[in-house]
Amino acid sequence: MRAVNRKARRIENQIDASRDEAFALQNPQGGGQQRPHVPMGCSLSFSPGWEVDSAGGTSGLCQPVERDIYDCYVTCFWPAQVPDHLNNYPDWAAKCAAATKDWRNLDLVFP
Amino acid sequence: MTAAEPVYRLGEFHSLNAAGRRFLYLVPAGAIFELDDAAAALLDSVGGGATRAELLRRLEARGIAEAEDLIEELRAARAIVTGDEPADDPAAPPEDFPLQTLVMNLTNQCNLSCQYCYEFGEDKVATPQGKPKFMDLETAKSSVDFLLEQSAGRRAVHITFFGGETLMNFPLLKQVVAYANDRAARQGRTIDFSLTTNATLLTPAIIGFLSENRIGVTVSMDGPPELHDKLRVFANGRGSYDIIAPRVRELIARHRTRPITARVTLTRGVTDVIRIFRHLKQDLGFHEVGFAPVTTSPDRLYAIGDRGMDGVLDQFHTLAEEWHQYALRGQMHGFSNVSDTIAELVQGVNKSHPCGAALGLVGVGPSGDIAPCHRFVDSDTHALGHISRGIDRAKQRDFLSRGHISAKYDCRSCWARPLCAGGCHHEAFVRYGDTGHPNLHYCGWIRDWTETCLKIYCSLSAQNPEFLDRFAERKALS
Repeated sequence: MRAVNRKARRIENQIDASRDEAFALQNPQGGGQQRPHVPMGCSLSFSPGWEVDSAGGTSGLCQPVERDIYDCYVTCFWPAQVPDHLNNYPDWAAKCAAATKDWRNLDLVFP
Repeated sequence: MTAAEPVYRLGEFHSLNAAGRRFLYLVPAGAIFELDDAAAALLDSVGGGATRAELLRRLEARGIAEAEDLIEELRAARAIVTGDEPADDPAAPPEDFPLQTLVMNLTNQCNLSCQYCYEFGEDKVATPQGKPKFMDLETAKSSVDFLLEQSAGRRAVHITFFGGETLMNFPLLKQVVAYANDRAARQGRTIDFSLTTNATLLTPAIIGFLSENRIGVTVSMDGPPELHDKLRVFANGRGSYDIIAPRVRELIARHRTRPITARVTLTRGVTDVIRIFRHLKQDLGFHEVGFAPVTTSPDRLYAIGDRGMDGVLDQFHTLAEEWHQYALRGQMHGFSNVSDTIAELVQGVNKSHPCGAALGLVGVGPSGDIAPCHRFVDSDTHALGHISRGIDRAKQRDFLSRGHISAKYDCRSCWARPLCAGGCHHEAFVRYGDTGHPNLHYCGWIRDWTETCLKIYCSLSAQNPEFLDRFAERKALS
């Protein structure tokens, strides 16, 4: 399609821009120096945070706290609770294959 | 459970052919695209709806390569949709939308007695009893200050002088021009001016002043004597043509700084559009001539009626085709009705409201009352505040929310709504008693006219695109 008025050209530019965005995500090394990756956060995936249920335990939560560790550590960067997996502590959970079983292997970090 | 595969359907657009090519007018964006063969094939393949796999298969059968990209492109432009796109009405403009134009009704008095006048004719909305007949200097100055203050951020603003008969208060007009120029200059801004007049009171001195100050002039005039004199008469019934013709000639000869425009009101018996155009353009020499059917309730004797209006449209088409031929040769034709629509198509407007009334434009009456536009000046029902107190935001909100395109149910399915947005608030009030009512009595004509202008636009975009650039700066809301 060929844009023939100003509004059409704006739409065209928008389409071109969104193509560039998709390209950038597919080729992280392509665009010069690689910058820290900052994900959008768990607020978008609607996982609960570090919480307890009404009885003070974790069994009543829709997601057990052990799962939450990985929600915050792997898919997200939530510096208050867990080390930053994406940029600084990629191996923090290396010895913890299953959080319910191996959680004792998760250690403190000292930035 | 797996989600159902999305089904692609045609988006909302109006398709047309011009200069042997296919075009899409996308609604409500107001964007115009020319289709290449691949895009056309895709649209033809969608049919009543198709999944992505079906689409790809059909396109492959037509020999179209890179169909994936094509689908994405047309989807992003919303020429095809899957039904999960958000609805996109134009948003309501912000409450502090800056003023651009102030229409100053210098007087509500007139030396003519045109029956159809929307200010004092049978369908008038004005209630001038007990209000000043002429604006005084203080009110005028406050209005200028008000405009400059409420238009913060705009470097250039506009004042239109109006009436009544504007020139019956010419002494004030001169003072306002001097005051406004001075005020604007102090802020490093500019004001430009225009006025509408019946031309009866033009003198060489006035013409000199208008030209010196680059004041745009629109003359209300209905054609050659036998048509003009039908309704544009003095109080004693005598026609005004003989008085104004020599004055108009002199105006056009001596006012060289701005184009001079004629504005024709079409009424029953005054529908000979082509003859009127020829007379005003060729015999008198106006640069531009614009036509509008009279605003009236349908039962007035001078109302045109549907059949009369169809004849008007036929003649509009003839002039539009002339305009088109002129444009192909790179010449200006002077039929404003086409030029104005082309200017809006260049931008690709999608209007939230039919015009700038109560938004970027307000009218101020002799009493200092603020109205949505000049047509509502002096009406108590429609007043939006007073120049001394500013705009009553609650009343403005009410006016604008009723006039917003999303409040006009009948317009929802109309492809011409990006340009029309339901039509003139004042016309709607006269016809339906509600400024927010869509002007359903002319929907057919509007679509027909929009189609005509779209075809001209598309043809020029293919054959003489540089010509269209001339309209890029023309005011989109004239």
